[in-house]
Amino acid sequence: MADTNAGTGAMLRLALRRDRVLLTSWVVGLAATAGFSAAATVDLYPTEESRVQAAETINASAAVVALYGRIYDPTSLGAVSMIKLTALGAAIVGIVMLFVAIRHTRAEEDSGRLELISGGRLGRLAPLTSTVLLIAGASAALAILTTLANTAAGLPFAGSLAFGLGWGTCALVYGALGGVTAQIATTARSARGMGLTILAITYVLRAIGDLAEPGPSALSWLSPIGWNQQLRAYSGERWWVLVLPLLASAVLVGLAYTLRSRRDLGAGLRDERPGPATGRLATVGGLAWRLQSRVLLGWSVAFALFGLILGSLASSVDKLLTSPATKQFFEAIGGMSRLVDVFLGAEIAIIAAIAAAYGISAADRLRSEEADGHAEPVLATATTRARWASSHYLIALAGSAFLMLLAGLTIGVGASAALGDWSQLGRIVVAALAQIPAVWVVTSLVMLAFGWAPRLTTAVWGLLAAFVIVGEFGALWHLPGWVMDLSPLRHAPTLPVGTDGITAIVVLTVVALAISAAGYAGWRRRDLTG
Amino acid sequence: MAAVIEISGLTKRYGVTTALDGLDLVVEQGEVHGFLGPNGAGKTTTLRVLLGTVRADAGRVRVLGLDPWSDVPELHARLAYVPGDVSLWPSLTGGEVIDLLSRLQGGHDTARRAELLERFDLDPTKKSRSYSKGNRQKVALVAALATDAELYLLDEPTSGLDPLMEQTFRECVSELRAQGRTVLLSSHILSEAEALSDRISIIRAGKVVETGRLADMRHLQRLTISAETEHELHGIDDVPGLHDVAYDGTHLHCTVSAEHLGELLTHLTAAGVRTLESHPPTLEQLFLEHYGNNGSEVRADG
Repeated sequence: MADTNAGTGAMLRLALRRDRVLLTSWVVGLAATAGFSAAATVDLYPTEESRVQAAETINASAAVVALYGRIYDPTSLGAVSMIKLTALGAAIVGIVMLFVAIRHTRAEEDSGRLELISGGRLGRLAPLTSTVLLIAGASAALAILTTLANTAAGLPFAGSLAFGLGWGTCALVYGALGGVTAQIATTARSARGMGLTILAITYVLRAIGDLAEPGPSALSWLSPIGWNQQLRAYSGERWWVLVLPLLASAVLVGLAYTLRSRRDLGAGLRDERPGPATGRLATVGGLAWRLQSRVLLGWSVAFALFGLILGSLASSVDKLLTSPATKQFFEAIGGMSRLVDVFLGAEIAIIAAIAAAYGISAADRLRSEEADGHAEPVLATATTRARWASSHYLIALAGSAFLMLLAGLTIGVGASAALGDWSQLGRIVVAALAQIPAVWVVTSLVMLAFGWAPRLTTAVWGLLAAFVIVGEFGALWHLPGWVMDLSPLRHAPTLPVGTDGITAIVVLTVVALAISAAGYAGWRRRDLTG
Repeated sequence: MAAVIEISGLTKRYGVTTALDGLDLVVEQGEVHGFLGPNGAGKTTTLRVLLGTVRADAGRVRVLGLDPWSDVPELHARLAYVPGDVSLWPSLTGGEVIDLLSRLQGGHDTARRAELLERFDLDPTKKSRSYSKGNRQKVALVAALATDAELYLLDEPTSGLDPLMEQTFRECVSELRAQGRTVLLSSHILSEAEALSDRISIIRAGKVVETGRLADMRHLQRLTISAETEHELHGIDDVPGLHDVAYDGTHLHCTVSAEHLGELLTHLTAAGVRTLESHPPTLEQLFLEHYGNNGSEVRADG
């Protein structure tokens, strides 16, 4: 092993140098998010009575349970304040670590940089080992900082330690998963897609598991995010649960090493077969479609499956209303149909954020094509800049719109079938379509960055994360209204969409067009950069 | 002859670094013009300005009578380009890339494409990710050469090619010249530019420092002479224009400017010349004149 790991130290230093800002800000930012949420809740629920009331409302709503899970000890301040961060936070932690792991393994191979340094005294497994160490270090730092932040915010230490370790071990599992998908896939892009798909599946598994009565079903135990919930920080910690993510990480890391040992640098596990000697591609639009269609197909399948699952959960909404008091409360605000609307509306909003993620990744293809040197040969032909940019950008816009249509249809079908009420289908589709302009506004920010500051296109991911976090925690943190209004996703009309929603739709569409036009204007006047 | 490329006073800055510093360049119709300079001299930046992918800060640039920044579709339909660093879409085969690029260009000659694939010995069914650097270069060359263009912009086109393929490339360029097409060939491989170019321009630190026919340039430069004489040479120090003299009784090695060659020969003949070798200056020597070890420009004093 000594040979194959030679140079691990140097690789680790290189990784730390490259990630010193990015990874540090993610780790500190995540820990701070937990700390701020804890501090805010301490003020929000000063008495045990107020906490129990809040916890029962959360546990009674299927939408909330599906998205965030249950509160296992309604009297616990920590459990109430960390409810959103236990599942959703763990998923964000997982995505970050997944991307970091792939960034230092497969993405480096794709770029050819790894080949450059492989000529030096570098063992075959050194890049993987240094990445594992990086992930382990970042996970440990996240666990420690989160524990400290929550303790400082006034939550009990034992619970904070469990919560911190829960996040840390989640980081480890999904980082290790990234190490595995990096070996299987042939490009960083497909490795990320594979990893995200698995993460989404584990999230949905626990959502279905958590909705089962009583308590979590076996499905929740199949998910690392479910483990984090069943660790039950602040609700009588079950420390033994930590064994599961540690064990899973060890297995995944072992798998990554085995796979890496069996393949060549730069290759995936699947063999390359010869392709056509002549091509039918004749336009830049055709090229963009060829490069992006498989990715869109993958997203479509995921959206359709999620839509069906989320939609069919609508029927379990009323089953959760066990307490007569909450039932009465919801009936007072508009009855069961209103409750189902709130549930479906919340799901459609989440789906819209995910569609925006697709829009960002598809539009960011412009930047990656430019940076990879693929734009130059095309722009050297009789193709104008605007036309080339449109080829990818239109796929981002039309693709995200198509995904929302698909989500609307599948959620609608799922909900209508579950509720036995097919009048739901049309209004759910309309509600999903009404989110498209907001999704476009987020997507257009990539075009704006591409036109004026091409190195910042990936920063739009951070903006999307900020929009989601503001939407989830803004009220809790008492953010001023204008800060929360900065998120385009907040302005999209929710179910049921009435005529008053039309203004929002028109305004958002105009904003998206204006931002896109500004992006094009910048792109037309700037130099191509590497 | 009409000028196909006219550049005057071209300036391009990237922040504080000046990539092009008042560059002048004229490429006449139907010539193969060698554009010579070491890495970082500004060759690629110049070509990018000619393509309109980079915008000039100052100066006048006309290509085929058009403005390369604003007349992109009209101009690009008439030129073909081979980038210095060829990067291809990993999931497309070489054949697909060639067909795509030539179709986007407007022209597509199937027979010519097949012939070029054959001559460059390129397997078009392979996915681009499995191509070596040389094969990627061939894909770009075939795509460009299969195009019916008036102007060919080639940025270090033979990097990564083996000597056999370099020969094929040279033949292709000669054919282009025979057909009256214009080629701007950027290179740091001097022998390549020497073998192919009608005229050359030498670029240094963002400026063209020397331009003209190789023959004309040679005229300004010194010849390298090696001679052996029967008798000892006398008065060799009186011959004007001699440099780098290594003199050992009957053996002489020196350089001489062309107009003083006659005087040197008179001396050699008088001493009973036995062997005489004379080399015209190679481009390496021309180059070194402009890139001395201290980096300062040295002019021939001849």
